Parts: sequence; C-alpha cells; structure tokens
Amino acid sequence: MAGLRTIYLLLAKDLLTELRNRETFTVMLFFAVVVLFLFHFSLHPEGGDTKLVAPGLLWLAVMFTGVLGLGRSFQAERENDCLEQLLLLPGDRGNVYLGKLAGNTVFMLAVELLIIPLFGLFFALDLWGPLLPLLAVALLGTVGLAAIGTLFSALTANLRAREVLFPLLLFPLVVPVMIATVTATSTVLNGGTLAEAGSWLKLLGAFDTIFLVVAYLGFELLVEQ
Amino acid sequence: MIGRVLANGLGVIALLAVLAGLYLAFFYAPPDALMGDVQRIMYIHVPTAWVAFFAFFVVFVASLLYLGKRWPEADRLASASAEIGVLFTALTLIAGSIWGKPTWGTWWTWDARLTTTALLLVIYVGYLMLRSFVDESERRARLAALVGIVGFIDVPLIYVSVLWFRTLHQPPSLGTGGSKMHEAMLFTLLFNVGAYTLVYLFLLVKRVRLESLRAISEMLAVEKVRHD
Repeated sequence: MAGLRTIYLLLAKDLLTELRNRETFTVMLFFAVVVLFLFHFSLHPEGGDTKLVAPGLLWLAVMFTGVLGLGRSFQAERENDCLEQLLLLPGDRGNVYLGKLAGNTVFMLAVELLIIPLFGLFFALDLWGPLLPLLAVALLGTVGLAAIGTLFSALTANLRAREVLFPLLLFPLVVPVMIATVTATSTVLNGGTLAEAGSWLKLLGAFDTIFLVVAYLGFELLVEQ
Repeated sequence: MIGRVLANGLGVIALLAVLAGLYLAFFYAPPDALMGDVQRIMYIHVPTAWVAFFAFFVVFVASLLYLGKRWPEADRLASASAEIGVLFTALTLIAGSIWGKPTWGTWWTWDARLTTTALLLVIYVGYLMLRSFVDESERRARLAALVGIVGFIDVPLIYVSVLWFRTLHQPPSLGTGGSKMHEAMLFTLLFNVGAYTLVYLFLLVKRVRLESLRAISEMLAVEKVRHD
C-alpha cells in the first residue's frame, strides 16, 4: 500500500508542477498539431486513401510528441538532486518508476484526447463510430510507449547528447508497439469491431506487460548509487 | 605471452578454415537445382547471420553476468561481442541483399527476418553509441548492460509483430520441414558456420584483450599521478 501511495504522490507532484508552469503539456500539444500539419502537407492525402495512411500518421505524431515529453520527464528531477531525494522514499525504487510512468501516460493521453479529434477533422475521418475501440487502442498503445520511454528517459537523463541518444535507443525498441497499435487502429477505423482488432490488442497487451516488467526491474539497477 | 600466441594461433586456424570454407562453397558443393550458383551466397550469409545472433546472445548473457556479479571482465566481453555482432549483422544484410536481388527480384523487402535483423543492427549501434557517451566506466557498464538486456528481449517481440504484419521469407534452410538439403551442401554450410564462429572467437579474444590492456594502462596512469 505504501507503494501505491508513492506512485500517487509522484503523479500528483508531476500534475501539480505541470499545472503551475504548463511547460510540457503545451509544448507537446502544439508540437503534435504542427507534426500533423507537416504530414498533411508532405503527403496531401486527399481523396479515398486517407484511411490507409491515417493510422500510421496519427501514431507517428503521438510517438514524436511522446519523445519530446518523455525526454523532459527526468530533466526536472535532475535539478537540486530531486531524483536522489525521490530515491530515498521508503519502499521499492521501482515505485518511483511507476509514479513517473503514471505521469507520462497521463500527459500523453491528455494530448491524444485533444489531437485525435483534430486529426479526424484534418483528415476527414469519422471517429464517432469507432470511438470506444479507438480509445482502448490508444490506452494500450500509450502505456506501451510510455513504459519503455520512461525507462530510457531515466537512462539517458544524465548523459551527454541525450537528445539524440534517447530517440536513437527508443525508436527501434518500440517498433512492436507501433506495429500493433497502428494495425489495430487501422482495423478499428475501417469499421472493424474490437473483436476483429482483438488479436492485435492481445499482442499489444502482452508487449505492454513485458515492457512494464522489464522496465520496473531495470529501473532499480539504473538508479543505484 | 602465452595468451597472445594462443590468440594468434586461433587467428591462423580461423583464416585457414575460412579459406577452406570458401573452397568448399565454390568447388565442392553442387549448384542449387533451382537457384543455380547464386545460392552459394548462402555459405556466407547463414554463417554470418548465425555469428551475429550468437554475438548478441553473448552480449545478453555477459550483461546479465555483469549486473549480477559486477565483474568488469563481463562488461568488456559484452562490449567486444556487440561490436563484432554489429559487423556481422551488416555483413549478413549485405550478403542477403546480394542474394535477394537475383532471387526475389529486389534488394530489400519488409519481411520479418530482414526487418528484425535490420532493427537488430540499429539497436546495437545505439548500444555502442551509448557506451561512447558515458565516460565513467562503472556507470557505462551498468547502463550498457541494461540496454543489452532490454534490446535482446525486444528482438523476439519485433520478430513476432512483423511476422504478423506480413511475411514472405522462405522457411529456414535448416530444420523444420521444407526441402531436404544435399549432403555436400549441408556439410559445406556447417563447415562455414564453424569457420566463421572461429573468426568470431578470434576477434572476441583480441578485442577483450585490448580492453583489458586499456583498463590496466588507465589504472597505471592513475597510480602514477597519485605517486607524483
């Protein structure tokens, strides 16, 4: 129970910080919108084939945005040795990871809640029909991205050239999550039900679980002094 | 001293084995009934692929060992094996492309095994870059070991997801089902696998030795500063 409290406190702290300075969320949101613009202009997917490319574009935008937000996640903790203080919290250090992960997932989901409707608007897609399945896919995909992203954000936080190293390490590793998320989104957008996207969602759930367990265990080794 | 003689002896044996393997591949093994002489690339392609995967497996094991026991030797082993693995992954992709062009009619296709191998290359190039960005040796070893483990665990996930996504690779040349291989071909293939494994071991021994010497020289430099 103490572990849950640690996670909750960390999440509350990150949300409060964000409410005070509004740095990460605003940047992520507008970055995502600009990326969607760029995608639109570089591909001008007018006409019938929007549905073919749209899921991939959406999740690319989310991933780029995620890299931006996740990369900052442990930056704040570097100042005044905040991370060292957090690690002094009683209980398992993996809880610090889960707390940061919770914050990152909430930020990413909040951005997605705003850009998915915009995305439907820009690319002339009907999102109301498949809304619920789409949200399920988004939730699972985001947890997968954030699980591995939070670990690597912590891993690269104190390194030289972390801005280049973070995406370089992260992108190849999230390929399974991306494939499963994009394919499930594609199924759902093309009128498929949750059951039809089900095998991909199960796969995505399995990836999420593996990444969560590995990252939870790995974080302990990462932060030891 | 003896170590160096042994290592160089291994190098000579590896060189001879590779030359003998090439001879077998070109003159002993019969041409493939369907693909003709192009198929002889397999005698390079499959051994390099085997060495590449084996090298990354060694990185994984050495990383686990480092995190468990904190032996600097395990870290040197992981680092050396990752470098050789990247080299052999690149060779595998190049040889595979050269074979793919006349056989499949394309240099590249997004098939599960190709994609996984290419991503393997990117993951371990990232691993090596991470190493080059951390100066402090204990921390470098710890972070790299983590990437070595997570990267290795990720490989089957990538494979499964791409396999589900789409695939057209022919089934593996060895093992389950499929056509039966001519005995001479099988012998040539296995001989080459052995030969390139020797090359891997030779490079690994040399590379680990170099890192050990570097660690010793660093230690001596630190001691000298302390004395002065």
